[in-house]
Amino acid sequence: MSESDDSMSEIDAQEQNHSNGVGGGIPDYIMNLDNIPAKLPTHLELHKTRVICNIDAPQHTDPINYSGAYAALGVDNSVRLDNFCQNFKVEVKRFTDEDIEFDMIGIDPAIANAFRRILIAEVPTMAIERVYIANNTSLIQDEVLAHRLGLIPINADPKLFEYPDNAGGENNEKNTIVFKLHVHCVKGQPRITVKSDALKWLPNGSELIADDTKPNAESKPKTFTSFRDNHDSKKKFAKNPPAPKNLDIILAKLGPGQEIELEAHAVKGIGKTHAKWSPVATAWYRMLPEVVLMEDVVDEMAEELVSKCPAKVFDIEDIGEGRRRARVVNARACTLCRECIREKESEDGADKAIVIKKKEWEDLISLRRVKDHFIFTIESTGAISPDVLFTEAVKILEDKCERVITELS
Amino acid sequence: MEHGSYTDLSKSTFSLMDEDHTFANSVRFTLNQDPRVTFCGYSIPHPSENRVNVRVQTTACEVLKDGCQDLMLMCQHVRSTFEKAVNDFKTSKTGDHMDIV
Repeated sequence: MSESDDSMSEIDAQEQNHSNGVGGGIPDYIMNLDNIPAKLPTHLELHKTRVICNIDAPQHTDPINYSGAYAALGVDNSVRLDNFCQNFKVEVKRFTDEDIEFDMIGIDPAIANAFRRILIAEVPTMAIERVYIANNTSLIQDEVLAHRLGLIPINADPKLFEYPDNAGGENNEKNTIVFKLHVHCVKGQPRITVKSDALKWLPNGSELIADDTKPNAESKPKTFTSFRDNHDSKKKFAKNPPAPKNLDIILAKLGPGQEIELEAHAVKGIGKTHAKWSPVATAWYRMLPEVVLMEDVVDEMAEELVSKCPAKVFDIEDIGEGRRRARVVNARACTLCRECIREKESEDGADKAIVIKKKEWEDLISLRRVKDHFIFTIESTGAISPDVLFTEAVKILEDKCERVITELS
Repeated sequence: MEHGSYTDLSKSTFSLMDEDHTFANSVRFTLNQDPRVTFCGYSIPHPSENRVNVRVQTTACEVLKDGCQDLMLMCQHVRSTFEKAVNDFKTSKTGDHMDIV
């Protein structure tokens, strides 16, 4: 035993020396030695790659990514970039106009979480920010109406616009979209429900006069925006004019004689400033579930197991001689409700047979999660397609890295 | 940005402004995987202030720039793999539709 210990520490020292130099691989003569465990023992490999979900709490949740974590065993835990590139896979499972579900295999929760955070808070969109109210005699207060207008998702590509700060206070066609809302419920008519389709796009900019000074005959009156170009002339808006994505959002209800007249200006922003600028309804990820039957579950217990699971993870298969066995068919659907390993409280006077059975479910089924396989779901509000959203989020993380690199140089 | 000795490059704390867990956790992850790094961690001194402190101790060299570059390359690879997977999914779906029609 002491011999192998000595050889381990020697190799450790050699590894250290080698990694001090270039950070390259382990030299060949070491790899060819007999008693070197190049891989981890099975139980440690299990702890490193799987979260084991017991009935009380999950175990081994931390991803062990320190390069020297298993140095005492002589195993190198560092991951080179080319290893990552080889092992990384993406599989798209579902893709519609509004949401996408895909699997990312071989990535770490730190990066997956970074993408999720960026999707929710840092991908820019257009949303109504300033509302100029000319007349509001409805029952909805001005500020409540303005708040509701801000939350409407706007179908406009934010890449075509700039942030309002960059223009130095000027609201021109490069950073503002102008909408107008004018609804009047005439006396004698029934009540009107104002929906978001009542918002009309004004390609020429604002029409409300800003100053009190009388305009000259030649010059145009000064409005709240200074559009130089007509938005109409831009080809990009010809096919896809900016408009609310959903046309049936209820904004207000008007009784007879009530009127709303306002102008709403939409600008570019990010979710961090206000949630109205978040491009996703939500984005989330979960780790791939893995359900393993440690022993064969047969006959009545198999049927019980199949009926217990609400997500239909298990199924029965015949193994001949009239016997049935339970099998895991759809581990991906497992929601970790733990119904299969839960035991109900036994009543008083339970006999020994039931007590023995109580211990068995937990030992028969092992609920696990694969630590580097993430099932990502992105639900977009509709302004931007979900695959474009994810690409934008990755680009934003790259931009952050670049900013830090230029600061360091 | 750097709190540490200019002569001893193996240990320093980098204080980054306008960053939060999003970037700091990712960079901490890439640095931990680097075999030259003996210690790497990050902390946020106060949640109201947008500042992150990243502490790196290495076996005698500067690694933060390499870590950021690795992270950039990882992101580019993620992006290209994702786009390829989406295109494959789209072409396979249209292929199915054409078969049915």
